[in-house]
Amino acid sequence: MSDRPNPGPKVRKGLIVFYVLCAGLVVLDFLGLRHAENSLDGVYGFYAIYGFVACVVLVVVATAMRRIVMRDEDYYERHEK
Amino acid sequence: MTELPPFLIFFIGGVIAAVSPNIVRAILTVLVPAVSALLLFNTELGNYAAYQIFSYQGELYRLDELSRLFGYLFHIAAVIGGIYALHVKDRVQQVSVFFYAGSALGGVMAGDLVTLFVFWEIAAVSSVALVWARRTMKAYHSGMRYLIIQVASGMLLLVGAVMLLGEGGSATFEYIGTDSAAGWLILIAFGIKAAFPFAHNWLTDAYAEATPTGSVFLSAFTTKLAIYALARGYPGTELLVYVGVAMTAFPIFYAVIENDLRRVLGYSMINQLGFMVCGIGIGTELALNGAVAHAFNDVIFKGLLFMSMGAVLHMTGKINGSELGGLYKSMPITTTLCIIGAASISAFPLFSGFVSKSMVMSAALSEGYLGGWLVLLFASAGVFHHAGIKIPYFAFFAHDSGIRTTEPPRNMLLAMTISACLCVGIGCFPQYLYAILPFDTGYWPYDATHVIAQTQILFFSALAFIWLQLKGIYPPELRSVNLDAEWFYRRVFPQGWVVVRDAFRKGADAVTYILRSVLVWVLDIVLHHHGPKGSMSRSWSTGSMMLWVFVLLAGYLLFYFV
Repeated sequence: MSDRPNPGPKVRKGLIVFYVLCAGLVVLDFLGLRHAENSLDGVYGFYAIYGFVACVVLVVVATAMRRIVMRDEDYYERHEK
Repeated sequence: MTELPPFLIFFIGGVIAAVSPNIVRAILTVLVPAVSALLLFNTELGNYAAYQIFSYQGELYRLDELSRLFGYLFHIAAVIGGIYALHVKDRVQQVSVFFYAGSALGGVMAGDLVTLFVFWEIAAVSSVALVWARRTMKAYHSGMRYLIIQVASGMLLLVGAVMLLGEGGSATFEYIGTDSAAGWLILIAFGIKAAFPFAHNWLTDAYAEATPTGSVFLSAFTTKLAIYALARGYPGTELLVYVGVAMTAFPIFYAVIENDLRRVLGYSMINQLGFMVCGIGIGTELALNGAVAHAFNDVIFKGLLFMSMGAVLHMTGKINGSELGGLYKSMPITTTLCIIGAASISAFPLFSGFVSKSMVMSAALSEGYLGGWLVLLFASAGVFHHAGIKIPYFAFFAHDSGIRTTEPPRNMLLAMTISACLCVGIGCFPQYLYAILPFDTGYWPYDATHVIAQTQILFFSALAFIWLQLKGIYPPELRSVNLDAEWFYRRVFPQGWVVVRDAFRKGADAVTYILRSVLVWVLDIVLHHHGPKGSMSRSWSTGSMMLWVFVLLAGYLLFYFV
C-alpha cells in the first residue's frame, strides 16, 4: 500500500463538496421523500449504509482473496508451449 | 425485397469484402449494416424464408417483438463497431466481422433449433478470427480455448435439438424448459455461451486477448445471442434466478483485483449478464422486459467502455492498470466518453443502465426474492466500484504514469460519441426503448424513491472508494494473474495429464522389467537343462547305454518271476 494518494488542495475541496452531497442524500430519507418497498429499506439511510458497507466488504474480501488466487503474470504461459 | 434475411446481406457483404481493396472494405463495414438496418426497420413482423430439407422444416427469418429488438441492437452494434474499426486495414478482421455479426443476426432470427445451431457455430468460428488477429502466441492459445468451448456449446445444442426431434417433438425454437434431458442439454449449451459460473472464463480470457477493435465486436454479439436464446427458451426457470444472482456477485471480487483493464470489463460483463439471467429466471413480464432491455443497454455501454479501453491500448500499447494512469491530460475526450460509459453501467439516474437494471431489481422484489434482491443490490454497488470508478480511475487518473499520447483516430472518437449519446439518450428518454420491448408493463423508472435509493447507493459506494484509497487499504494494481475456474483446464488437467501419463510410463516400464526378468529366468532354466551343456542334451557313452539296458532287462526278469 505504498502509493497512498495525497490529494492536492483542488481535490480536497472537491471531496468536501462530495461529503456534503452524501450527507444531503441521507437527509432526504429523513424528509420522507423515499418510500419503503420492503421490510428492510424502511430504515433511515439503508441504501447509504448498505452501499458503503458492501464496497468495504467487497474490497477487503477481494484483497484477502489475493493471498489464495494471485500468481505471477506468466503463471500459465510457463506451462503452455 | 425487404424480407431479405439480414444475415444474408451481411454474408454477401463479407464475400464482397473478402475480394475488395481496403477502401471498399472500409465503406462496406458501415454501409452493409446501415442498409440491412433500413430493410429491417421496414419489415413487418412475421415469418419469412421457411425451408425444407427432406422432412425437416426450418425457418431462417422469424421476426417477432423479441427477435426484432435484438435485430435492432445487433445492427446498432455493427454500425458503431464498423465506424470504430474504420482505420483497421486487416482483411481477416474486416471480413470475419461480417460473418460474425451476420450469424448473430441469423441466430436471433432463426425459427428453429437446427438453424440456430448453424448460426451458433458460424458465430464461434468467425469470431475467433478477432482474437487470432492479434497475432501473438498468447492470443493464439486463448483463441483456441475460446473456439473449443464455443464449438462444444454448439454441439450440445445440436444433440439437444436432435433428441427433441427424436422424442417426436418439434425443433421449433419456442419455450423449451427443463422437463426433458434435451431441455437440460440445450440449457447448458446456452449457459456456456452466456458465461454461467464455471463456464465463464472463455469470456475473460478471449476478450482480453482480442484486438482493440475485435473485443468491441466480441462484447456485443456472442453473450447477447445467448441471452436472447435463454429469454426465448427458458423464461421463468427458477434455477436461472440463482445462477443469475451468483453471476452478479462473484465476478466483482475478481474485477477488483484484476490488473488487465479489459479483463476487468470481462468480469464486469459477467456481472451484467447476471442481471439479465436473473430477470429471465424471474420470468414475469417486467423481469423479461428488464432482462432484454438491459442486454440492449449493455451492448452500448459495455461497447463504449471496451472502445475507450481499446483506444487506450491502441494509442499506448498498454492495458494494465499498473502501467497506466494520468491519461486524462492527453486524452480528455476519451476520458469524458469513458466516464459516460462508466456512469451508464453503474446505473446512474439519467444514464441507460438505470432504466433497465431497475426493472430487474423491482421484479425481484415484487416476486419475493428478498435475499436475491440484497445480492443484486450488493452487485450494483460493486459494479460501480470496479467498472464505474476503477476503470476510469486507473486508466485516466490515479498516479501519473508519465505516458503522453494523443486522442485516438477520429473514427474511434466518433463511434464512442455515438455510443455515449445513446447511453444518455436512452437514460433520459427511456420511453423509446420501452416502446420496442416485448411487453407493455407501464413501468416508469423515475420516481423519487428509486432515484434517491440508487443515488445513495452509488454515492456511498464512491465514498467507500475514497475512504479506502485515502486509508491506503485499496489494493494496488499488481502485475499478476488470478486463479479462476480456468485453472482446472489450463493447469490442473494438463498437469494432471502429465502426472497420469508419467505414472503410466513408469508402470509400463515396471511391468516390462518384471516380464523380462521372468522370461530371463525361464530361459535360464531351459538353457540349463536343454542348452548345449544342459543335462537333457548331453551325449551318452555306449557303455552306460548297455548298463541301463541290462538294468531294465534284469528288472523285467525279476518282476516276471515274482
